[in-house]
Amino acid sequence: MSAIDELFTRTRAEDRAALVGYLPAGFPDQRTSVAAVEAMVEGGVDLVEVGLPYSDPVMDGPTIQAAAEAALAAGTKVGDVFDVVAASAATGAPTVVMTYWNPVERLGVATFAERLAAAGGSGLITPDLTPDEAGEWTQAAHEHGLDQIFLVAPSSTDERLAMTAEAASGFVYATAVMGVTGQRQQTSSLAPTLVERLRGVTDKPVGVGLGVSNGEQAHEVAAFADAVIVGSALVRCLLDAPTPSAGVDAVRELARELRAGVERH
Amino acid sequence: MTYAQPDATGHFGRFGGRFMPEALIATLDELDTAWTEAKADPVFTAELDRMLREYANVPSPLYDATRFSEAAGARILLKREDLNHTGAHKIRNVLGQALLAKRMGKPRAIAETGAGQHGVASATACAYLDMECTVYMGEVDTERQALNVARMKMLGAEVVPVRTGSRTLKDAINEALRDWVATVERTTYLFGTAAGPHPFPAMVRDLTRGIGDESRRQSLELLGRLPDAAIACVGGGSNAIGLFTGFVDDADVRLYGVEAGGDGVETGRHAATITGGDVGVLHGARSFLLQDEDGQTMESHSISAGLDYPGVGPEHSYLADTGRASYFPATDAEAMHAFDLLCKTEGIIPAIESAHALAGALRVAKELGPDATILVNLSGRGDKDVHTAAEYFGLIDGPVVLEEGVEE
Repeated sequence: MSAIDELFTRTRAEDRAALVGYLPAGFPDQRTSVAAVEAMVEGGVDLVEVGLPYSDPVMDGPTIQAAAEAALAAGTKVGDVFDVVAASAATGAPTVVMTYWNPVERLGVATFAERLAAAGGSGLITPDLTPDEAGEWTQAAHEHGLDQIFLVAPSSTDERLAMTAEAASGFVYATAVMGVTGQRQQTSSLAPTLVERLRGVTDKPVGVGLGVSNGEQAHEVAAFADAVIVGSALVRCLLDAPTPSAGVDAVRELARELRAGVERH
Repeated sequence: MTYAQPDATGHFGRFGGRFMPEALIATLDELDTAWTEAKADPVFTAELDRMLREYANVPSPLYDATRFSEAAGARILLKREDLNHTGAHKIRNVLGQALLAKRMGKPRAIAETGAGQHGVASATACAYLDMECTVYMGEVDTERQALNVARMKMLGAEVVPVRTGSRTLKDAINEALRDWVATVERTTYLFGTAAGPHPFPAMVRDLTRGIGDESRRQSLELLGRLPDAAIACVGGGSNAIGLFTGFVDDADVRLYGVEAGGDGVETGRHAATITGGDVGVLHGARSFLLQDEDGQTMESHSISAGLDYPGVGPEHSYLADTGRASYFPATDAEAMHAFDLLCKTEGIIPAIESAHALAGALRVAKELGPDATILVNLSGRGDKDVHTAAEYFGLIDGPVVLEEGVEE
């Protein structure tokens, strides 16, 4: 049983959704990004996604793009990402890396998996790698006991939903909207339908992301999903803050609000 | 053995494939199916042929460039894609993709553009076929290609300057993909080169292969035999793959792709992806690309905006890997020398992209000797490059001001 499996066993027993928080490594700088991850966990985030800043993030909206650009400009390297993972895992929260595919392939899929596992990481979320192209990664994940979190979308056919859910481990990442990451005024009307379709083909936990930014939205999504995934809104706390430490405090505050939201009572 | 690439999932050997968000997979499958059906439908192909013939001035002539040949020291034949409507081979690709979009019932098209040539071709096809058109263009490129921005607007397209990343072609592609994922039900993506996720590399090749098929036929008519070599410039590689496909089964015809060597591959300031890059994944396919040790895409450099791209189509990586085609760079200086030579010997101003192919031909002519016949794809005309070339050769003192704020 992986650390992620244990988490969902626990949150199901507590009759609540898990809270998943995303922050990119190295933004606004390496030290602050570690402090922000720790603050996010203190505030109530159950599972941490550490973003690997990449030069061509096609799935990301303006907020995460800006953070990735700044992290790269500040000199963030792939090795730094593993350091943030280690700090995050040390809090006790299961930690995964969210990354576009090329940096993994560049380091070597087996080496990446080995270093991720050594840092205490639990798995990988791959926004531009579907199971169709994941042969090498599947082998490496099995070897190192890592979870493979694949994405599904409202446009996924029934056949692809079943295939992707079958290939996924840890949880299935359901993108709630057709579009890129970023905060939205309202939660997606497509998400409940997508989750329902997934329930028809899998018993694996389903996390819903894209567009959730406050406690109220988190509460809505928690009613039908096993995990509520928040990214851009947390990144925004750091982007908008006058000082790094104010940003870290804002992250902690938002995590608290979101955590209250995912409790179903 | 007859050449048959890619496989059913879009792989050219270890290259190609589909590295894309799941949200776009269903659409890419739909596009693949639609294209497979359309190209087997005589009504569709007859309509596309008619458009190419009556509207785009295709087939383009094969031209025996006798004075350039004298200077080169071998017989040089030019495939005159510069005479097509909008001035380059790109009209073949966009007319095909836009007609397919009409067939699929998509009223809106998006496109990325670097120098603006694919954007202009897309805007043209959309005006012709009554479609909405949005073109993404890096902010840096909108500034250095202001006239092409005006052309696109004249043709009714919306031009969106992209301000993220390096604000050039690769970022325009990223932004177009972000648009597409949010609007996919009514929007088609007119991809500008033989790269990207399956089915784009194969579809764009199918649409540009007329270059090779026509020039093969024209060579047989003119020479009674095939040329000894076929040469094209390679950025993303759509004109080169179109040329090569006509000859890939003719083992005696050498195929050469000329990459943009910029200041020289050894300086690091170049766009010679196959010569100077490594295998990785960018914009949906596995291929050679310019990347740092962490897999971050590096910026490319070339005097030719159309070749200034850090990736290359996966079929070129495959042809390089198997040895069927050879790829080598021509520097900015070599390309501009060939540019000048064609102007002075033939009265033809080539696109700077195509001048790289001409520079390659001068080199290959030396290798093959005076009895050789070398086919060069003159992929585009140089009107768009007059300012760049004039500055390079020191023919004007500064930017020519057409009106306040607009430079060419």
